Amino acid sequence: MGLGLVESGKMPAPLTKLLNLSRKYSLWVYQWGLACCAIEMGAAFGSPRYDVMRLGVIPLPASPRQADLVVISGTVTDKMAPAIRRLWEQMPDPKYVISMGSCANCGGPYWDSYSVTKGIDQIIPVDVYVPGCPPRPEALLEGVVLLQERIQNEDMAARWTGEPIVVE
Amino acid sequence: MTAVTDRQKLQYITARAADARVNVELETEGMTLNIGPQHPATHGTLRIVARLDGEQVIAAEPVAGYMHRGYEKIAEVRTYAQVTTLVNRIDWLGSFANEVPFILAAERLMEVEAPPRAMWIRTILFEMSRIANLILFLGDMGVQLGAITPVFFAFRDREYVLDQIERVTGGRFHPNFDRIGGVKDDLPKGWLEDTKAVMEKVRSFCDEIEDLLMGSEVFQQRTRGIGIIPPDVALQYGLSGANARASGIDWDLRRDNCIGLAYPEVDWKVWTHPDGDSFARFWVRLQEVREASRIIDQLADGVPSGPIMAKVPRIIKVPAGEAWISTENPLGEMGYYVVSQGDLTPFRLKIRSASFNNISITPWLLRGVYVPDIVTILASLYFILGDIDR
Repeated sequence: MGLGLVESGKMPAPLTKLLNLSRKYSLWVYQWGLACCAIEMGAAFGSPRYDVMRLGVIPLPASPRQADLVVISGTVTDKMAPAIRRLWEQMPDPKYVISMGSCANCGGPYWDSYSVTKGIDQIIPVDVYVPGCPPRPEALLEGVVLLQERIQNEDMAARWTGEPIVVE
Repeated sequence: MTAVTDRQKLQYITARAADARVNVELETEGMTLNIGPQHPATHGTLRIVARLDGEQVIAAEPVAGYMHRGYEKIAEVRTYAQVTTLVNRIDWLGSFANEVPFILAAERLMEVEAPPRAMWIRTILFEMSRIANLILFLGDMGVQLGAITPVFFAFRDREYVLDQIERVTGGRFHPNFDRIGGVKDDLPKGWLEDTKAVMEKVRSFCDEIEDLLMGSEVFQQRTRGIGIIPPDVALQYGLSGANARASGIDWDLRRDNCIGLAYPEVDWKVWTHPDGDSFARFWVRLQEVREASRIIDQLADGVPSGPIMAKVPRIIKVPAGEAWISTENPLGEMGYYVVSQGDLTPFRLKIRSASFNNISITPWLLRGVYVPDIVTILASLYFILGDIDR
């Protein structure tokens, strides 16, 4: 539709709003279940009680190449980190990352372990941090809602041509 | 000179071509299939490297270590209360069951014994964590075979169990409720009655799964006679838990070597299955969930009154010595070997987790199976990555 416009940075504001609205409610999420948090992510995405699909999140793609969003849930070890970087690189832009749980945020209870990567923000940029060990499914849903707010307010031109998203 | 007609020539060429095609079809090229480290069938981050001949596996090797978090080492710089928090996260589906053997080992070193009420509460929560763990297995087995409905049912009914655990311990997932000498809190009012109602739901879930999955012809064909483990091989590889019982080994630590838990007080049964295939492993776990709900029902009727903590010092220093305690966890035998030198922290902690031994049979078991069966066999072996890599 307006890909040339987006790249040149001349996207009309109403069109940006429309595009952002569509993007925000069709987030295809690639589940990177690693440890305990993966079960809570499963509860948030797969259980009838929490049901993430009502937020417009589709937790189905089997490949990172179909995904807009990846939820890194669980402990990232130094052995696993290269694989995470590699699959994140395979995701098409614009891509978003939710870091779920203390381990993925900062190492969590394994802050002094010899084999754990202390925070995935060392290897990939993170948009939303969800704290907790593990976070409740509600907390993950809150993280998804925060990410959707961020997508809604995103300036497409800045996203394509400007600085990468600043990790907060 | 014989004249060769066009027809003969054509016959010759087509016959050669057919021969060639047959050869091409029969000839296979070795191929290495890498499953994981991130694959839904591996319950996390197990990587399996399989060498294939056509669709048959010639050799398969599990590559563990993607979830190695170094428990045994960091436990050496944690106090005993902190180690409980840590070991919660080994088998993350049945967290409370991980604490119990460690606490029992520490109690043995300190020569204290939990009062009966604490023992009862421990046993109830132990069985509830077994249910929370195995319910997900029952649902997940369907997913691995292509039936996605059972896992939604599993998550639905698992929430009820987690709610009950949360009401007592305050933690949905990782309770961290067991203390040296007892448990942290008493049961809330009306909890036992609600738990019984939840157990009713668990049993109806088991019936549902039985109707949905076990009667299905697809399920039977994909699991019956697939991945057979004979009893002697199971013993050689050190299988424990439901995997061993599905091979006909009548061995359950809850009955055979029960330390500090209230199992001898209730009337229950150890389920075994003679077949040793994927179906048997599923069936045994299904019966175990039912049996666990019956155990909880009986325990809930007879919780004794009294204190929930024995007399222990505020700052826990475990006297020097060594202790080994193992219990029958949802995944199999889990044991802790605690070496203390009289410090605030353990000097050495060896963790024997069930999944590590259960997964060590895969090179033997996957040899000669077809590729689609890898998934069902792995699902029926039922491991948890934290339990393998620790």
